[in-house]
Amino acid sequence: MDTTLLRIENLSKTFATVKANDNISLEVNKGEVVALLGENGAGKSTLVKSVFGLVKPDSGTITIKGEVIEAGDTAAAIRHGIGMVHQHFQLVPVMSVAENIILGDEPHKGAFISYAEARESVKELSDKFGLDIDPDAIVEDLPVGLQQRVEILKALRKNVDLLILDEPTAVLTPQEIEELLQVIRNLSSQGVGIIFITHKLREVLAVADRIVVLRNGKSVGTATPKESTESSLAQLMIGREVIFRLDKKEAKPGAVVLEIDDLYVKDDRKLMSVNGLSLSLHAGEILGVAGVEGNGQRELVEALTGMRPTVKGSFSILGEVAIGKNPHAIHTMGVSHVPEDREKDGLIATLSIDENLVLNQYKNPPFAKGWIRNIAAVNSYAAKMIEKFDVRTPSGKYPINSLSGGNKQKVVIAREMSQDSKIIIASQPTRGIDIGSIEFIHNQLLASRDSGVAVLLVSAELDEILSISDRIAVMYGGKIVAILDPHDVDRTQIGRLMAGATQ
Amino acid sequence: MLNTIKSFNFKSWKFLLSVATVALWIYCYSANMDITNSVVASGMRFGMPLALASMVGIMCERSGVINIGIEGTMLLSGFTGFYVASYSKNIVIGLVIAILTGVLTSFVHAMMTIKWGMDQIIAGTIINILASGLTSFLYREGSTVPNTWPIFDIPVLSKIPLLGASLFSQLGPIQLFGMFLIPAIWVMMNKTRWGLRTRSVGENPGAADTAGINVIRMRMTNVMIGGAIGGLVGGFICLELVGSFSKDFTAGTGFTALALMIFGRWNPLGAFAAAILFGLAQALATQLQIFGVNNVPNQFITILPYVFTILVLAFSAGKVRPPAAAGKPYEKEQS
Ligand SMILES: Nc1ncnc2c1ncn2[C@@H]1O[C@H](COP(=O)(O)OP(=O)(O)OP(=O)(O)O)[C@@H](O)[C@H]1O
Ligand SMILES: [Mg+2]
Repeated sequence: MDTTLLRIENLSKTFATVKANDNISLEVNKGEVVALLGENGAGKSTLVKSVFGLVKPDSGTITIKGEVIEAGDTAAAIRHGIGMVHQHFQLVPVMSVAENIILGDEPHKGAFISYAEARESVKELSDKFGLDIDPDAIVEDLPVGLQQRVEILKALRKNVDLLILDEPTAVLTPQEIEELLQVIRNLSSQGVGIIFITHKLREVLAVADRIVVLRNGKSVGTATPKESTESSLAQLMIGREVIFRLDKKEAKPGAVVLEIDDLYVKDDRKLMSVNGLSLSLHAGEILGVAGVEGNGQRELVEALTGMRPTVKGSFSILGEVAIGKNPHAIHTMGVSHVPEDREKDGLIATLSIDENLVLNQYKNPPFAKGWIRNIAAVNSYAAKMIEKFDVRTPSGKYPINSLSGGNKQKVVIAREMSQDSKIIIASQPTRGIDIGSIEFIHNQLLASRDSGVAVLLVSAELDEILSISDRIAVMYGGKIVAILDPHDVDRTQIGRLMAGATQ
Repeated sequence: MLNTIKSFNFKSWKFLLSVATVALWIYCYSANMDITNSVVASGMRFGMPLALASMVGIMCERSGVINIGIEGTMLLSGFTGFYVASYSKNIVIGLVIAILTGVLTSFVHAMMTIKWGMDQIIAGTIINILASGLTSFLYREGSTVPNTWPIFDIPVLSKIPLLGASLFSQLGPIQLFGMFLIPAIWVMMNKTRWGLRTRSVGENPGAADTAGINVIRMRMTNVMIGGAIGGLVGGFICLELVGSFSKDFTAGTGFTALALMIFGRWNPLGAFAAAILFGLAQALATQLQIFGVNNVPNQFITILPYVFTILVLAFSAGKVRPPAAAGKPYEKEQS
C-alpha cells in the first residue's frame, strides 16, 4: 500500500525579485510528523501556503493521496482533507469563537445556522483534544494564546488527513505547548500527516519524525531527530556554525528610572488585572518579568506605555510622574516599546518597510526639516537598519506585508532599539524569530543595557528570561510575587512561583 | 427574550428617547388625530425609500465594498423604469426593468472595485456622474406613468388603534414589500450561513479565504443584490411615490441613506429606524410649512430634518465601528 500522503514536486514561487521557493520537493507520509525548519524568510510559510491554495506557485505540482490538487484553490485543498493553522491568525475579531470555528462549513437547518449545534460541536472538539474554550467569547477579547487555540480547533474540526501548523507555538505558554505536542502525537498515531513549522528546536526534537531544512528558498537537507542536535540543525539552517553564547558582562545598575507604585489596571473585560503592583527598574539593568500569560503582563505593559488607562496608583519615568500621559508623551520621555502584537500595535500594514522603520522619528531631523520630509535620509537610514538587523528583503521600498513574520518582528526591534531611549519595554521581543537572529537581538539588548539603558523584558520564554536578565520579577495574579537573582534560581522554583505558590 | 429585557438599560438614551417619542405621539394624537395620522403616514412614505436605499449600503459594506454610487444607481433605474413603463404602458414591466438596471449598474461597480481593485470612492463617483449626465441628456418632458398601483390595508395590523391607520393602511405594493424586505435582510445577515459568510468577508477576507469561502464571488453577489434593491428604490420613487421622473430626482437620497446606515450601525433594523425618524422630521417640516409659519424663512424649515439628524447622530455616536475590511480590495497573495 502506498503510504505517501502528500507529494510536492519541483515547486517554485517568485515574489517580485525574491525566489521564495526554489524547486522544492517534499513528501509527507501518513502518520508522519515532518518539521520544517529555516531562518526567517527561508520560504516555509510560502511553501505551506501553496499546499493550502493560498499562494499560487509559478511551477510544480502538489499531489495528495494520489490526486493532483488545483493550484491556488483553498476550497479544493479543504475538500482534499488539508487543514492549516496560520502563522498570522485568520480569525474574524468581532465574531464569537463558535462562529469562527464553523465558518465555511456551518451546521445548518436550511439556510439558517444552527447555533446550538455549533456550540455543541465546539464543546465536543475542545473536550476531545483537551483544549478548553468558551464558544460564546468574542475573539478580539481573548488573549493571543486562546486565539491560537481557536485557530487550532478550527483546523482540527474538519477531520483532516494533513494538518499544517505554521508556527503555532510562538504565542503559547510552555504548558500549552506541551498540550499541543500531545495533540500532534495523538493525531499522527491516527494516521494524520503533519507539517510542523517552528523556530524552537526543542519542540522539533520532541515530536518530529523527519526534519526538512529550507534555506533561501531551497531545500538544503533532511535529518532525523535521533541523529541531530540543536547545533547541527542550527548549522544546517544558517549555513554556518552558531555559537550559543552571549556577550554578557557584569551589570552596573544605576539610578531608578522607572518607579511603579501600587498600580491598578483593568483589562478589556473590565476586570482588575494589575492588582497593586510595585516595581522599580534601574538604569543599566535588564529586569525580566516572568509569568504565565494572562497574569496582567499585557495590561501592565500597555499602562506603562500609555496605551491603557490606569485605575489607581502611579508610576514615574526618570522621576517625573507619567500617569495619564498618552503614548506619544511617554515615548518623548525616553521610552521605547516593542509591543507584544506586532501586526496590531507595532507596524502600519499599508506603509513600506522604510517608513515603518522611522515611525517614531519621522518628524525629527534628519528625516524632516520643518514641515518637509527628507525621503532620501529615510531611505539611507532604513537601508542601514535593514543591513544591521538582517531584514530579508530586496528593498525597503516594498510594503511591510511582503515580509515574512520573523522579518516583520525584526523591523519593530530595529526601530525601537535604534533611538536614544532611556528605557526599553520589550514584550515578547523574539517571538517568531529564528535562532540566529535571537542571538543577535539578545546581544543588542545586552549592549543597550551596558550603555546605561534600562530594559524591562516581558517574555513567555523562561530560557530567554533566565539567560539575559539581571533580575527576575515573577508576576502572578497582577502582582510581583518574588524578585529573584538569575544566578541562583532553578526552573522548578520559578515554575512554582509562576503557578501561584508562595515562597 | 427575558435576557434582552434584563440586559436593557432603562437609563439609556435609547430607552428615554423611545418613551419620549411614544409620549409625544400620544399627545399629538389626542390633540389632533387627523393631522397626526397624516404626518406619521407621510413620515413613513418619506422614510421608506431612504430605508431601502440604506439597505443597498448595508449589503455592500457588510461584505467589504463601500458603495457611494447608490445615488446614481437609483437615478438610472428610476429613469429606465419610468420610460419603459410609460412606453410599454405597463408599470410592472417598468419596475422589472428598474431592478435589472440596478443589477447592471452595480455589476459595473463590482467589476471595477472587486475584480480590478479600483478605488471604491472613485468608482462610485463615476457611476453618479455618469448617471446624472446620461439621464439629464436623454430626459424628455411629457411622459407619464400609464396607471397606478393598487393600494392595500394590511388585514389585522391596520385595525390596531393609534398605529394602524397611519402605519399599516393605504400602502402601495413596493412600500409593503419594503416593510417585509428590511427584516428579511436582518435575518439573513444575522441568522443564516450566507450572512455569516458575508460578514466574515467584510471583516477579514483573509480569514474567509482560508475557510474556503470565495471572497470575490461573495462580494460580487452581495453588491449585485444591493444593486437590485437600489433599482427597486429608483422604481419605487418614480413609479409609486412620485409617479414621474424628473432630473436628478434623487437629490442626495443616496448619500443621506449612507449616513442613516452609519447611524443605524450597519444594522438593517437600526437603519430603518433612523430612516423613519428622518422621514418623520421631514413630514413635520412639511406640516409646519403648510401651517404657514411665516415669520421663519422657508429654508430654515427645510433644513430641519437634516439638523435634527445631525444632532441625533452627534449625541448618539458613541463607538461606531464599520466593517473592518470595508473599502479594501482583496488580493490573494498579499494576505
Ligand atoms: N506577498 C509577498 N510579496 C512579496 N514577497 C513576499 C510575499 N510573501 C513572502 N515574500 C517573501 O518571500 C520570502 C519567504 O517568505 P516566507 O513567509 O515564506 O518565510 P518564512 O520561512 O515563513 O519566514 P518566517 O520564519 O519569518 O515566518 C521572504 O523573503 C518574503 O519577503
Ligand atoms: Mg513564516
